[in-house]
Amino acid sequence: MIKIPNSKQFNVVIVGTGGQGLITLLKILAEAAMLQGFDVKASELHGLSQRGGSVECHIRFGKKVYSPLVGAGGADLVIALEQNEALRAAYYGSKKKTIFLINKLNIFSPAASGKSISLDRISKDLNKFAKKIVILDASEIVKKETGAIVTTGIYMLGYGIHKGLIPLKEESVSKAINKIIKEKYLELNLKVFNL
Amino acid sequence: MNGILSNKLEKMILLGNEAIVRGALEAGVNFVSTFPGTPASEIGDVFSEISKSKKANLYFEYSTNEKVALEAAAGAAFSGLNSLVAMKHFGLNVASDALLPIVYTGVEGAMVVVVADDPGCWSSAQTEQDTRYYAEMAHLLMLEPSTSQECKDFTKLAFDISKKFKIPVMVRTTTRVAHQSAPVELFNIQYPTSKIQKPIKSGRFSTMPPNVLRMKKELLEKLEKIRAFSEGSKLNQISNPASREKFGIVCSGVSYLYVMEALEELGLKLPVLRLGFTYPFPKKIVNNFIKNLKKILVVEELESYLEEKVKAQAKEANPKLKIFGSGLPKIGELKPEYVLQAIAEISGKKINLNLKIHQQNFQKLELLKRFPNLCPGCPYWLVFSAIKKAAPKNTIFGGDIGCYMLAGCPPHNIQDWLISMGSSIGIAHGVCNASKSKIKNQKSKIKVNDQKAISFIGDSTFFHAGIPALINTVFNKSNPLIIILDNGTTGMTGHQPHPGVGKTGSGEATRAIKIEDIVLACGVKNLKVIDPVNQEEFINTLKEFLEKEEVSVIIARHPCIFLKKS
Repeated sequence: MIKIPNSKQFNVVIVGTGGQGLITLLKILAEAAMLQGFDVKASELHGLSQRGGSVECHIRFGKKVYSPLVGAGGADLVIALEQNEALRAAYYGSKKKTIFLINKLNIFSPAASGKSISLDRISKDLNKFAKKIVILDASEIVKKETGAIVTTGIYMLGYGIHKGLIPLKEESVSKAINKIIKEKYLELNLKVFNL
Repeated sequence: MNGILSNKLEKMILLGNEAIVRGALEAGVNFVSTFPGTPASEIGDVFSEISKSKKANLYFEYSTNEKVALEAAAGAAFSGLNSLVAMKHFGLNVASDALLPIVYTGVEGAMVVVVADDPGCWSSAQTEQDTRYYAEMAHLLMLEPSTSQECKDFTKLAFDISKKFKIPVMVRTTTRVAHQSAPVELFNIQYPTSKIQKPIKSGRFSTMPPNVLRMKKELLEKLEKIRAFSEGSKLNQISNPASREKFGIVCSGVSYLYVMEALEELGLKLPVLRLGFTYPFPKKIVNNFIKNLKKILVVEELESYLEEKVKAQAKEANPKLKIFGSGLPKIGELKPEYVLQAIAEISGKKINLNLKIHQQNFQKLELLKRFPNLCPGCPYWLVFSAIKKAAPKNTIFGGDIGCYMLAGCPPHNIQDWLISMGSSIGIAHGVCNASKSKIKNQKSKIKVNDQKAISFIGDSTFFHAGIPALINTVFNKSNPLIIILDNGTTGMTGHQPHPGVGKTGSGEATRAIKIEDIVLACGVKNLKVIDPVNQEEFINTLKEFLEKEEVSVIIARHPCIFLKKS
């Protein structure tokens, strides 16, 4: 697992479209980071963005965190729950350090007349802004395993934790999931987290 | 949400808005009113939930609009209670008519006014308003927290200050403060143990000359006392006070966080004056801070409010001081990298990232366009598609505040103005009667008389500010077609109840006010209530009403899809 130096913070940007469960993911990460004794700041947006528009959340943790926003080129990790949205997060990426975790999912946009950008193109464009790009078939996998596509984010979080891309312990994240997710959906989410 | 009532005094992650609620509970709030508006909506939503539990012993209401909400809170504070009213920035425009005199009269208990600004207009249509100028105009005490912890602490303090000086106090936040989440240290909640309501002393809160001028005199005297208090307040603090650097920074609100972040990244230990109690302006603190400096950077979002004040103080305290600030963008949100760059430039430090090139590279990317959309299954789809079929080409469309302002986005594109709550009707009236003007442009060949005007207004917005405008169309004889979109809830801000619903904010049953009764009582003769599922009837009525010489109203009634689920 990677470690955060004392003077640094770990910066995550989560992007997707309204209704993909970004805020839940943000809450779990924030809770887990606090459980591990880190200072945390997160920023979420409500309102118009909920209605199928692009959504962007930020979370930062470390010994001391001031800003709730990640700066330009400042992300350590970008989690894109939708592939086209990964490009929008390029602003927070840098060749030096940013890992992009991208879900292979294309959500239709009426505003773009249903057009989308190919994954190849996305990867090529992101090269200038990324140290590493990981493309996951997350939605497909959770659909097959559980039928609940809404847990895509949890799967991606699990991937990030198990592969050591996020400096948080598995048990802290499990604890956080226990606290944040409603009892009715808890078992499902824990299962997906451990897939 | 119930976590907010926790008695365990451990750290809890709270949204800025939730922390404001907790702060009010710790201060012993008894009475809360609001009209929902993002980025302040969660304050009301959390109080609404809490008021449903017996434990909290708290009165809560969603009022019909912000002015009424502010008046309700004032009435409670006149009676000795601790009241809080919350709204978004535009809400204060609506409430300001009552706010200004209430600052004159003062209160008996405590009254806290929470106002959330939205730099960048993330969830606001009309303008990028800077509420700080209201503090100036209304002589309204203003506290500006930066973090969730401060949202809680400052709100609590706002109650103390309000009680001490018997005057309303504003807690002003911005989107990144209201919607920031971070760990907050809790303190015990104060549950009121006895009734504290007091009778109002005869004539006490009545303005009217000559009272009003006496009240103003007393207010100005009170403000000087409060200024002395704000000068000594720990809300105004200096970071790195021992620094010998001749370059200092003045900031408030979320800007403070970006400043501290930048200093850490640049390895600088500059003196930073963070102002948390910003009205009355603590002149002495600022004078002392700037008197030995050579350069000052003022970091703030939106207008140059603090910068102008610091400039005024510098004339007195340090005329040679170089003041920077206006280089930061005045449009949209402040971002941490802008602050980093500004500080680096002034202090001659290099930053790792070339922001200009980074931004250029980013702008070269071809991003997928996305507009917000009406939800799948939303009844408004049916209304908009019927209008497309029925309205002649030269029809103009008045928009209003709510989900249906998406009429202005593709694929609909039927919104020719969007101004403020209720303006769809008020402006449609002016447009229709413009043709009656006696000064006619003889040369114009366009027959504007043939132009049809259709206005959209939601149920909650109609109750909020649509009724006086509707009365005006009857009184002054204009003929717009007004479509009241009645989906049985306040959809855009999170499905809060309104006067037509039959349920209060604390879940009690109440009389549901029928919109059709109001419309008829306003004197409107052409009225139909139609479920837009009945497309044919809807289209035919549209065509019929568009030919009317008097105002006409269609109430398009079909519940929001989220109501069906619950």
